[in-house]
Formats: sequence, structure tokens, C-alpha cells
Amino acid sequence: MSAGGRIPNWADVTLVPLVSVVLAFILSGILIWAIGESPWAAVKLMVEGAFGSSYGWGYTLYYATNFIFTGLAVAVAFQARLFNIGGEGQALLGGLGVALVCLYIPWPHWSLALLAACAGAAAFGALWALIPGYLQARRGSHIVITTIMFNFIAASLLGYVLVNVLRPQGSQDPSSPRFAAEVALPKLHEMLALVGIPFSRVPPVNISLLIAVGMCFAVWFLLWRTRLGYQIRAFGESEPAAEYAGISPARITIYVMLISGALAGLMAVNSVMGEQQRLVLNAVEGAGFIGIAVALMGRNHPFGVFLAAILFGFLYQGGAELALWTSIPRELIVVIQALVILFTGALDNMVRIPIARLFALRGAR
Amino acid sequence: MSQTQTPQMRQDTAASDIPAIELRGICKAFGPVQANKNISIRVRRGTIHGIVGENGAGKSTLMSILYGFYRADAGEILINGRPTDIPDSLSAIRAGIGMVFQHFKLVENFTVLENVILGAEGSALLRPSLAKARGLLKDLAREFELNVDPDALIENLSVGHQQRVEILKALYREADILILDEPTGVLTPSEADHLFRILRGLKEQGKTIILITHKLREIMDVTDDVSVMRRGEMVATRVTAQTSPTELAELMVGRKVLLRVEKTPATPGDDVLRVQSLRLVDGQGVERLRGLDFTLRAGEILGIAGVAGNGQSELLEVLAGLRPATGQAWLRGAVLPLSGPGADAQTRRAQAVAHVPEDRHRRGLVLNFHAWENTALGYHNDPAYNPTPWKMDNDAIIRDTSAKMAAFDVRPPDPQLKASGFSGGNQQKIVLAREIEHAPDVLLVGQPTRGVDIGAIEFIHQRLIRLRDAGAAILLVSVELDEIMALSDRIVVMFDGRIMGERLPEKTNAQELGLLMAGMA
Amino acid sequence: MDIATFVQVLDSTLRLATPLLFACLAGLISERAGVFDIGLEGKMLVAAFMAAAIAFVSGNVWIGVAAAVGVSVLMSLVHGVAAITFRGNQLISGVAINFLAAGITVVIAQNWFRQGGRTPSLSGEARMAPIDLPFAAALRDVPVIGPVYHGILSGHAPLVYVAFLCVPATWYLLFRTRFGLRLRAVGENPAAVDTAGVSVIGLRFAAVALCGVLCGLAGAYLSTGLSAGFVKDMTAGRGFIALAAMIFAKWRPWQAMGAVLLFGLLEAVANRFQNIDIFGVAVPVQAMQALPYILTVVILAGFVGKAIPPRAGGAAYVKEH
Repeated sequence: MSAGGRIPNWADVTLVPLVSVVLAFILSGILIWAIGESPWAAVKLMVEGAFGSSYGWGYTLYYATNFIFTGLAVAVAFQARLFNIGGEGQALLGGLGVALVCLYIPWPHWSLALLAACAGAAAFGALWALIPGYLQARRGSHIVITTIMFNFIAASLLGYVLVNVLRPQGSQDPSSPRFAAEVALPKLHEMLALVGIPFSRVPPVNISLLIAVGMCFAVWFLLWRTRLGYQIRAFGESEPAAEYAGISPARITIYVMLISGALAGLMAVNSVMGEQQRLVLNAVEGAGFIGIAVALMGRNHPFGVFLAAILFGFLYQGGAELALWTSIPRELIVVIQALVILFTGALDNMVRIPIARLFALRGAR
Repeated sequence: MSQTQTPQMRQDTAASDIPAIELRGICKAFGPVQANKNISIRVRRGTIHGIVGENGAGKSTLMSILYGFYRADAGEILINGRPTDIPDSLSAIRAGIGMVFQHFKLVENFTVLENVILGAEGSALLRPSLAKARGLLKDLAREFELNVDPDALIENLSVGHQQRVEILKALYREADILILDEPTGVLTPSEADHLFRILRGLKEQGKTIILITHKLREIMDVTDDVSVMRRGEMVATRVTAQTSPTELAELMVGRKVLLRVEKTPATPGDDVLRVQSLRLVDGQGVERLRGLDFTLRAGEILGIAGVAGNGQSELLEVLAGLRPATGQAWLRGAVLPLSGPGADAQTRRAQAVAHVPEDRHRRGLVLNFHAWENTALGYHNDPAYNPTPWKMDNDAIIRDTSAKMAAFDVRPPDPQLKASGFSGGNQQKIVLAREIEHAPDVLLVGQPTRGVDIGAIEFIHQRLIRLRDAGAAILLVSVELDEIMALSDRIVVMFDGRIMGERLPEKTNAQELGLLMAGMA
Repeated sequence: MDIATFVQVLDSTLRLATPLLFACLAGLISERAGVFDIGLEGKMLVAAFMAAAIAFVSGNVWIGVAAAVGVSVLMSLVHGVAAITFRGNQLISGVAINFLAAGITVVIAQNWFRQGGRTPSLSGEARMAPIDLPFAAALRDVPVIGPVYHGILSGHAPLVYVAFLCVPATWYLLFRTRFGLRLRAVGENPAAVDTAGVSVIGLRFAAVALCGVLCGLAGAYLSTGLSAGFVKDMTAGRGFIALAAMIFAKWRPWQAMGAVLLFGLLEAVANRFQNIDIFGVAVPVQAMQALPYILTVVILAGFVGKAIPPRAGGAAYVKEH
């Protein structure tokens, strides 16, 4: 590190994000206290709401599933030092892919539909990321700005398709018709029932959770066990060295954006196919953006992303409980999320430099 | 020229006895590297004072301290006899110091006038400042041949004109002391001559000028005094008229411990690489390689000597497939494309051309990668590392790295350690092991022992000789003259993008090569 | 389309362009100094809330405006500390500020007013009253001049006129003053400014603070002029449209005005009509909404005149010789 000396690797991947999260929580606690609620009671309520019952766990895991997908999407791009802020739009398009697959093909069984929906979601998401990726690689357009623009274009496109194409005759609601019952995904309680574990039937957590966990392994394998992953990481660490090794920056940029977009798109399998069973306007509900916080906190490692996604799943479920039982609105979670992004992403040096000094002091002794 | 000044200098009056600048015991370290060691120097008022030294001798660091970019760890700065604290550039400007950096500090899409007044505008509104500057610029142009169109945009000016803007900036701030860092590196010979006329004119007006360069001809041409720096130390100061290029070259290179490399005479084989009229124009339109012709044979080391920045780096990068150039080249008799398809780094490696880059931190290694990951850098497509098309065999790479580390005595021999965790010498061994162990036909190697400790230097030299004896053709670029002399079977000297001459190491000496390196054929 | 509708659409174009114009100039000043700011949206949102809340509580809209500017500058300084002082990633900092705004406005609004994250409706002195330009009533019935002067130009809130006056003011500041010269230089080549003895950090903080002031005005107009009160997420992407307009205008003030008028017109048309018939082809309203973004991507891709951002943009300054 350029500033303030070295931090051991273990501290870099655990201590730095941990301190950042603690800082974010402390500030949030002050906010809760400032609006006249008890931070301690709030934490208790959130933990109980999210982990105190299989109902809570179910919702926590459902949200976490979304965040694993979008977190992986951002993390893969970060590995190549690309900031894909367009997960929201890519997930929206992924939803469109899922809806088209589910609505227009009569599937005999959910398993086939799931495979096709995954393919559709990934393909649409990847396509939506490909254009900014191509523009960055070949025309030098700043990928952050183009992906932001593509989020808005995706929202308009989806609005048009829902209102003018997918909306059933006579409906006022800008949403697609319900999918056929055959394409309903098995929920976690059904799967656990097979092995005799009772679980709440209410939460929408479904088989997509397994796909998300599988994707964590797949992304880990891609990054650390394949040639492409090697090239992605080398490019992200040092562009001159990658050039020296004969790795084409343009090609890697495009590949990475395709993978990132596909992962973001896959999120729709969980939310559109697994929960809503139809495509609605706000199918993504900001999960694309939460992916940024998840990736930053998870240090762009799939395992870290998994843990961070669970944490944010907890925050979302706990936040919902909080809104239900206290006067603290759900948006408190957005504040926590913002602070996590601020501390782990932008104020990284503020956390890192004092930690590095501490280690330097200890080393000097 | 300086001769006319010399008699006056000997009978200095009391007033001009006080030097314009005096540095006393300046020290500066960057981490473990001591860039400036106890440097003292006096620069007489109204003279041109040259500072020469090889790359990395500490010249630029010293000048950055004088301009408030860095703070010295110890030492004292006296301007016109008064101790002066220079914590930032503003203080330097106030002390009457102007600096022309090697890389210009100009705003490309501003006009000349805007660049000149930036930071010294005078009033809150631009119009009066611009009008005042326009008038002053006209006077300066007349007086010192500093003609530049005040309304031209910097990006439309030639490099020579951009440099004049930098000088104008300093004069506009009423600098009495002007420092120029390698000012002719980017200039054509006629532009350089013009610059020297300007500098002489400024001297006549009583300005003091410090000229940092590694070109001895310039020193002899324009300076009154010259100081020589070597490895962070000020080794000598001479009156220019009383010294010679030979003496300066010796001082610059120093009487280092002679490197001894055990080697037998080469037994060169067939031509492996032939290059004809190789040319390269860089992004700024400057011709970096101006038509090179040479041949590299199997089983020999061809040393490219030269002061850094005379096209050697570009030559290596062109041959390694990292940047396109024009001209012809043949590898083992077959045409080697210099641009377009087939002129990329992966193809070169597939054709058994290996490359040890000059800058191992930027190019040769990914510092944040483990040693084993760095062993695969560039060879990530090697079938030995990829038994199946979809999975990279990390264990195979780690085993291979262990073997390479053992063969090259890398310490610690831990493939899992990050590259940044090794010492300079061991980092370089990792790079060399990677490139040499693939048994290349051609090895391109730049600065193989830069920042490497003595023990590792010897080891690296032996390995290069062994590779030569195994029949490989080696192109060695180094700014260390001893290294070139000790390793090469033939020596080619580059200056200003051209080959100045070819010598055999046993039939030449450091003085002759030094003169060729300084462009004096 | 009859004349009256036409006049109404242009009239609302001016109003819709106003917050965009403030935010666009804010982004322009920040980015001209080399600090990327994708947090315009967040600063506007916080300002919109603060303006409405304080105007409601104090009963005076101008106290609200002042509070809005204050809180927006505060957010700017957070960005400045992250991006300039700690050399953090400017884009990530912007993202964080957007979320911080989206969350904290609702949390505080709910706690303060308990109306589901909105402020009570503003009326009377708490709302920004329109002002009539001189002779507007007298000229009302004069053909051509009447509809343009009375119907379109006159009768807006004062901040609308301030916004449009900010265009020449920004131009003057950037291109005719010492501060502007230095500010533009620090966005192009901070080393030039540093070696000239001027503080890079000081200049960048000044630019970021100015950006905060303008975002504050944008948000204040949104909640007290364009609407009568704050509602959750009321900026609705305007910060990003402003960003798009800034790129579209290639970081130049007069062109920025042109861009926001175009984008404002698109919004006004989209608000007024569901589908627009152009030569027999029905253009859906969503196409109108997406057009600013599509145009910006086209410009960014360099297909129609390349948009080159300030060269030192997005990177913290580190001394090197």
C-alpha cells in the first residue's frame, strides 16, 4: 500500500471491512438514537426478526439470494478494475428474459423451465452489459456513466414492454400476466420437507438460493482456476503487466462485462420466477445497487460476497420488522447500506491508514 | 562561450562571491533508498551550472527539493546567501527559482498566455492580467528569441515551443534562478541549439541557470561549471574550461569494482534475428527509433549500450511485440511482422522469443500476485499449465515454480509468497527464471541487474552466459557500462534513436564508449 | 396542437429545466475541477427535503432555501473529504451519497412529520410564489410577444430566473476570472497548478462546495417551487439527467442550458401526452423518457462529436516529478 505502510493479508480481508461496518453501524445507531428510538432495542428486534424464526430466516435468505447474484456481478467486474454500476438495469432485462421464457413456452416441468429461465436471464443481462462493455473497450466511453444511462434506458424499455406488450387486455396494472403454475419454483420449505426439516411456508426463498451458492463456487472457480480468470485478475491488478503478458485489455473488458451482466440478470430467476411469478415494473427493487455494497464489503471475493449478502439479507428482513413494530422506516437500511459503501469503498484510506499505523507500531516494538 | 567568462570568474568581486544557490549537506531517503547523500554545492551567480550523472544518480531528486516538491531529511538551502526554507513550490517561486521540468507542467488545452499567467494572475479578473502578460511576453520574445504565438493552444505547439512556454512561465514570475531538467531530451538538434542561445542570452542578463543533463556535449558547450553526481553523491565540481569529456565520463561512471564474469569466447552460430531500418514514432510524434540495422546470432550476447532514453527501451518493446513499428525484421529467416497480426506478445512467446522487461514492477511482475501466478504470466496458455481447456492446473504451476525457484536460488523459495514480498534481486530472479527456463531462442533483456544486490548480480550474469552457451541469442540492454563490457560479445552504442557504432569489448574501453554514448562519434 | 397547449408545454419546459440546470452547472463546476460527481441526485434530494421541512416549520420559503444550500454543501464536503483528502474512489463516494440521501430523508421525514416520509404540503409564504415580469399583464394581448412574454417567460418562481442567470455567471466565472482559470487548470493538469504554487486541494474543495450550493438550489426549487412539499425520492433521476446534460453539453455552460432545455422539453411533452404522433408513427412516452440517456450514450461513444471529459477527472492528485 502506498499510504501508511503494510497491513498483513488477514487483517486486510477481515479487519478493514469489519471496522468499516462497525463504523457504519455506530453512525446508524446514533441516527436511531437521534430520532428517539433505542438502538439496542432496534438491534434486538432486527436479529429476532431475521434469525429468530424459520419465517425470518426464509426472508433473510430470499433477500440474500438476490444480493449474492448482484454482488457477484459487481465483484467480477471489480476484479478487472471495472465499476459496473448497471446491475440494476441488467437485472431488469434479466427479468424480461425470464418472463418471455416463462410466458411464451408451455413448460411441462419447472426444472426445464428453470434451466431455460436461467439461460434467458443470463443472456438478456449479458446483452445489456455487453453494449457498455463494448463502448468502453473499443470507443473509450466511461463504463460508469454508460451503465448508469443503461439503467434508465432499461427502466423505460421495461415500462414500454409491460404497458404495451405484456400487459393483459383490460388490466390497469403495468405488469405481465401470471406465469403458469407449472413454472413455479420449489420453495425451500418443500425441499427441506424432503429431508424432514420443518420450515415456514410463507417466505419466498426457493431453489434459486442453491443456484446462487453454486454461482459463488462457479465464480471462484472462474477467477482462480481458469485461464480466463487468471487473465481477468492480471488485467485488474496491472494493465501494463497484462499487456506484457499478451492479454488484450479490450477482449477482457468485454468478457468480464458479459459475465457480470449475466450474473446480474440471473437475479431475476429468484425475484421474478421464484417470488412474484410475473414481471412487474420494480422487479429489482434496488438489489442491483446493493450489489455494490455487497461486493465492496466482501472484498470482491465470492466467499466474502456470500457473507456480505447474508448480512444485507439480515438488514433487509430486520429492517422490515423494524418498520412494522417501530416508527423507524425501512429506509434506515438504505442509510446503513450507504454508510457501508462510503466506509468500505470511498473512505477506505481513512480506515486503512490508522490500522496500518497500528501494525507498524506493533512491528516496531 | 565560457572561455570569455573564465578570467572574470577568477577575480570574483566580493558581492558576486555570494553564490546564487548554496546547498549544504542535503540528504533525502525514500524508504531504504538513499537518493541524496550529504550533498553540498555552490552555484555562482550569473553562470550556467551543469549537473551531470547517470540515471538514478539523484539529480532530479535534488532539484525537486530545491523546488519544494520534496523536503530534505537534512541539510540547508541558501539563496543569495540567506538560509531559505522551501516547503512548497510557492516558496520556491517567491525565492526567485523557476523550474522547467522534463515532463512539462502545462495545461494542454489552454493558450500560451493562459499557461503563463496561471498562478501569477495579479488580479481577480483575467482581462487585465492577460493584457499585461501579452505585453511582457512581447518584450521577452524580442529580448531572448523566445518567440511563441501567445494565443496558440499548447496542444498545437511543437515540443520545442512548449518548452519555451515553460521558460516564459518562469521569467514571467521574475525568476532569477532557472533550473532545467533534461531540457534537450525531447528536442531536435536545431531546437536544442536554439535553446542554448536562449540560455546564453539569459545568462548575459544576469540570470543563474542550472542545467541538468546526461549529455556531455551540452555540458561542454554551454556551461561555466559542472558538478557530477553518482549514486546519490556529489562526486566532483569542475570549471568546465578546465575539464574534458573524458574526465567527466570517468567521474559519471566511476571506478566501480570491476565485474568479473567467468566466460569463454562465444561461438556464434547462424543469424537468428535480423532487423533493418527499424523506425518508431511515438504518440507525441517524436521519432524514437531512427532506422536501426543489426543482426543477432545464436550463441552470442549483443550488448546495447547507451544513456537511458535514447531508444533502447523502445527497441525492446518493439521486438517483444508490445508496440508497433515500421521496418523489416526476420526471425530464423522468416519475416517477423512489426505491426498488425502476428506482432503481439503472445505470438512472440510462441516463437520462442522471451523478454525480461526493464521495469519489473510495472511490467515484469504483478506485484499483488503470488510467485507462482507470476511464473505463469505470459505463459498462461502453456499446455503444461492447461491440461484441459477449461481448468488451469494451479498445482502444476506451483510445482514448476518450486523447481524454477530452486534452479535460480530464489529466497525464500515459497511459491505462495506475493511478488511484492521478495527483495529486488529475488524478484528479478523470478522473472529471469520464468523467461530463461522456457529455453528461448532469443532473449530480450533490459536492465537485468537494476536494483539488485551484488550477490544476485553475479548469479544473474552467470545464468545469462550459460543461456548463451546453450545456443540462445541474447540482446542485452543496460545503462551499466560495466555490465555491458563484462557480458557482451559485441557492443552496439545507441544515441538519439540511432546506432552510433559497434565495438568489440576487448578492443574498446569505457572512455570510448562514453563518448559514443554522449553522441560524440 | 393548439397555441394554448404549445405555450403551456414551453412554460412547463422552463420550470422542469430549472432543477436540471442548477444540477447540471453544479456537476460542470465540480468536474471541470477534476472531481467526478455522480452524487448530484443525492444532494438535490437532501436539499429538497431540507427546503420543504424548514420552509414548513419556519413558514418562510427563503429560510428553507438557505437550509437546503447548507445541507447540500455539507454533503459535498463529505464527498470532498472522501475524494480529495482521502483520495478515495470518487464514483463510489457519489454512489454512497445518493443512497445516504435516499435513506436519511425518509427516516427523518417520517420521524419529523409522520406522513409516510413526506413533508406536509406547503402553502402561502412557505411556498415559492411566482413573480410577474414587468409589463407582463400589459403585454398579454399583444400577438406573438404576449404569449411568449406573458405565457412562457413571466410568472415563474424567482429561482427559475436565478437558474438561467447562473448560466452567464458560470461562464463568466470559469472563463473570465482568475478563479475560473485555476479551476479549469486543476481539472486538466493539477501538476501545472501545483508547480505554479497554487493549492490543488483548496481549489478542488472550493469547486465541490460551489457544486453543493447549486445542488442545494436545485433541490430547494424542486420541493418549494415545482412542487409544494417533499415526497420520497422526488428527484426521480433528475441528478442523472443533469449529469447526462453535462456530458451532452461537453462541460460548457451555454450548451448546458441548451441541453437541459431539450431534456426539459422532452419531460414536459412526456408529462402532457401519453403517445406522440410524429408523421403517423406513434412514439411511446417511454421513448421520450429514455431519449436523454440514449443521446448521452451516443455522444459518449463518440459517434457524434466525441465528449472528452476534463483530463485529470476522477483521479486524486499525487505529487510526482
